[in-house]
Amino acid sequence: MTSLSAKDKATVQAFWSKVSGKAGDIGADALSRMLVVYPQTKIYFSHWKDLSPGSAQVKKHGATVMGGVALAVSKIDDMTAGLLNLSELHAFTLRVDPANFKIIAHNILVVLAIMFPADFTPEVHVSMDKFLASLARALSEKYR
Amino acid sequence: MVEWTDFERATIMDIFSKIDYDVVGPRALSRCLVVYPWTQRYFGNFGNLYNAAAIIANPLVAKHGTTILHGMDRAMKNMDNIKETYAELSVLHSEKLHVDPDNFKLLSDCLTIVVAAQWGKEFTGEVQAAFQKFLAVVVSSLGRQYH
Repeated sequence: MTSLSAKDKATVQAFWSKVSGKAGDIGADALSRMLVVYPQTKIYFSHWKDLSPGSAQVKKHGATVMGGVALAVSKIDDMTAGLLNLSELHAFTLRVDPANFKIIAHNILVVLAIMFPADFTPEVHVSMDKFLASLARALSEKYR
Repeated sequence: MVEWTDFERATIMDIFSKIDYDVVGPRALSRCLVVYPWTQRYFGNFGNLYNAAAIIANPLVAKHGTTILHGMDRAMKNMDNIKETYAELSVLHSEKLHVDPDNFKLLSDCLTIVVAAQWGKEFTGEVQAAFQKFLAVVVSSLGRQYH
């Protein structure tokens, strides 16, 4: 996997500044979709009462996830260092199989396409895809 | 054999009846060539693929995108027998075109995103699930005859 070019970083930052106001909605929809389209991901939330789209727990957690994305944008020049604590959390406490990072990333991209059809051009798409892949790699750092 | 619910059948018919093949096909293929540039390896004789703008404007890419989408009609019309329906196409992609079957998934992800952008809020999680299930069966059938 390649690292982010200067152009990728600029594209991600510019697009993020356009969409970050809706981060909560993006996260909630992406998470809801993931639980419906990839039902195996529900195993990580077996302790929740309500896994239906738009439930309070899903909304709250969607916002939490997007908080992590916002952090990654702010630390885009060194995501490995910037996401160290989150990596330890996912590796040792949550023990989320890293294959699922691709799944949530795909659903984030689908939601971005739905909410920002004009802005989510192929060029923005490729930079965002690379960014989310880099984020996933940084999150996987502490696993083993 | 793949089991389809009534909702899934209706959703797939609905999606294909509402999309403009001449818009969605080109958009999906050009997006795939931009987001996953190694897929350009199959289109060496398509002319200018130098950058995103060139890919998006390329008439051969557009034409082929439409062709691919029409190819999915066959699956939509034979949902209980997609594997057999695509046997010949699978041989073609393996023996003649030499396409890495992993690339089918990349194109199907781009198609999902293009349809999502067109449909907006109506592209609910349930609709997405049905569409992605259909595409997964198409992708699997296309890869079936590789050896």
